[in-house]
Amino acid sequence: MSKRRPPARGKHGKISRRRFLEGSAAAAAGVAGATAITGFPMVWAQNLKDITLRQFGTGTSNQNAIAERCKADLGITLEMTASDTDAAVQRAVTQPRSYEIADIEYFSCKKVFPTGVLQPLEVKRIKYFDKIVPIFITGKLTPESEIAQGTAPHTVEFVGGKDSHKFAKQPTEWATMIPTIYNADTLGIRPDLISRPIKNWRDLVDPAFKGKASILNIPGIGMMDAAMVMESLGEIKYKDKGNMTRDEIDRTIAFLIATKKSGQFRAFWKSFDESVNLMASGEVIIQSMWSPAVAAVRARGIPCVYQPLAEGYRAWAGGLAIASHVKGPMLDAAYEYINWYLSGWVGAYLNRQGYYTAVLETAKQYMSADEWSYWMDAKPAQGDIVSPEGKVMEKAGAVRDGGAFAERMGRVVCWNSVMDEDRYMIEKWNEFIAA
Amino acid sequence: MSAFEIAGTAPAATRPPARSRRDRRAYFQAAPLAAIFACFLVFPIIAILVVSVFDYDSVRIIPAFTLENYRELLFSRVTWQTYLNTFKFAAATWAVTLAIGFTLAYFLAFYVRSTLWQIALSLICTVPFWTSNIIRMISWIPFLGRNGLLNMALERLGVIHQPLEFLLFSDFAVVLALVHLNTIFMVIPIFNSMMRIDRSLIEAARDAGASAVQILWNVILPLTKTGIAIGSIFVLSLVMGDFITVRLLSGGQSASVGLMMANSIGVLQYPAAAANAVLLLLLVLGMVAGILRTVDIRRELSVPAAQGRRGDG
Repeated sequence: MSKRRPPARGKHGKISRRRFLEGSAAAAAGVAGATAITGFPMVWAQNLKDITLRQFGTGTSNQNAIAERCKADLGITLEMTASDTDAAVQRAVTQPRSYEIADIEYFSCKKVFPTGVLQPLEVKRIKYFDKIVPIFITGKLTPESEIAQGTAPHTVEFVGGKDSHKFAKQPTEWATMIPTIYNADTLGIRPDLISRPIKNWRDLVDPAFKGKASILNIPGIGMMDAAMVMESLGEIKYKDKGNMTRDEIDRTIAFLIATKKSGQFRAFWKSFDESVNLMASGEVIIQSMWSPAVAAVRARGIPCVYQPLAEGYRAWAGGLAIASHVKGPMLDAAYEYINWYLSGWVGAYLNRQGYYTAVLETAKQYMSADEWSYWMDAKPAQGDIVSPEGKVMEKAGAVRDGGAFAERMGRVVCWNSVMDEDRYMIEKWNEFIAA
Repeated sequence: MSAFEIAGTAPAATRPPARSRRDRRAYFQAAPLAAIFACFLVFPIIAILVVSVFDYDSVRIIPAFTLENYRELLFSRVTWQTYLNTFKFAAATWAVTLAIGFTLAYFLAFYVRSTLWQIALSLICTVPFWTSNIIRMISWIPFLGRNGLLNMALERLGVIHQPLEFLLFSDFAVVLALVHLNTIFMVIPIFNSMMRIDRSLIEAARDAGASAVQILWNVILPLTKTGIAIGSIFVLSLVMGDFITVRLLSGGQSASVGLMMANSIGVLQYPAAAANAVLLLLLVLGMVAGILRTVDIRRELSVPAAQGRRGDG
């Protein structure tokens, strides 16, 4: 860790708090820290070690290593509870006092934020806000890129004011949540069992893979993957895949039912481990997949590729939000925690797992040049690529699949979403499963 | 309810004063059970009933009366397709568990002569139940898979040349696992009923010249009806409410009522799930009522069958 650390100078010209904390024992950081560092609120040095923040969210970012590091760096104790997306939404809405920090996905935010259980965050208190990848602010990675369909994060990123729970169309001073993690999803394949190159989403329904394909049975996401396949086949052109009309839903479901009846699908999966097992056992050779699941299959020594496709990617993003009930020192601690989250260590940690962090600049300082070029630029690794746990993941010379950051995130065509016709869509999805 | 019965059978002689005291005592005795039922059965069911007529949006339950949930449920083809599918699983599982359960119980009750062995063997029947339900279920997946143990073995033996695909992620796999999980609930009550059959009845039938089949059909079967009924109630209500077996063994490709409810709950549509639960409850209660019409379980349970428990052993 220490050799990767940059020569850290804080923006006030003095030693940065990170540098300081790493150099001294975390426990000793207490009161002394307040005098050594300028530009940080007193609360940080005095009280943080007594503060416990309860955070819940999806398993992707609720990782113990982050809590441990947070304790060491800030003194804040993080109590994390991991759950799946649906359960996270439920908890956010139905038990708003059971947490301080909600780690939820952007499309969940569209459902959760309007209920008033989360509070708008003051943008000027987020230290690295202007360094956040512009996808979350304007919806565009570069000024030339096109805004993707679905619940694009920037559409639910801002609200009108301090007490507002209505999404604002333009960036404001009040954010709903702070982006932390995101990725671009595509199909996973078993290259050893598929002889031809896979280039398009429509390959999922190629009769050559009859009885060996799978799609995920989480309606909101499965529907989107089906839409990618439909468009790839040229069957339909959606106005917005992430917000289909009833007619579009009907046509997509009819297509899915016909495909199911023809015996194309071996199974539908709902949880991460199911997708890993289906792929590893050879029951399925092409399916919707998540990037850590691909890594898990490879970890068993079985070849698996996260295949980039011509039509582009379906993306998702998650972030941190603060519960409405959080006030005073707790609120200061929550901001402190979010600022720490974006300050680099976590970013590097997430990047090394194949996800992306919202503030690239800070994460880069915590990664070696080789790591950065492997993970972010998709260049061949110079040395062994090591997982955050210290296990060798890839040998020198390996190239990550999917391509460089700009290539992947620049080719996102839709985001995970909540449709206006949500209720109807789920009803129809059930019809597909029952067919 | 059974406390009521016992109170009712009080000796007639000391009627007026004692009766009311006895009644009160009976109520008192029944109170703990009644309280438990009230808390953990009646109250939740009322809550489900109430929620089932609430409206909802994508995150909240809106406490406003509506019959929309029921309308959507009852007039949707999916609902009835799913119920039909669930009934199919239930019927298939019931038939197979009954066949296996009856045979096993028959063997235990009539072929195994020593009580010790009977106890030992019926304990062996419960061995698979010492591991978790889910584990027993999941262990079928690697066994039945395309490259699973069974397919590999059959291929090595030259019986098949292509792996049998229907073994896993199919209705076959679902019923197989359901049978595996539920057979014991058939074995125990049928065995129990068979043990209560007075052996002299069988002797008498044999003396009267009945064949083995006739004895089975005309003597044993009618006398085991209660056990079959109780076993059927267990199996049917368990299968009707199942969701995880269907999901795992069909690879998510088949629907069941339980799965449909789990899906609704997953997307926060509690009222829809509640309405579905009410419908399922009514249908299962109907099935149970139908089964109970065929036998008088109360009589069979309260009177320890006939006099001589065991004939000539």
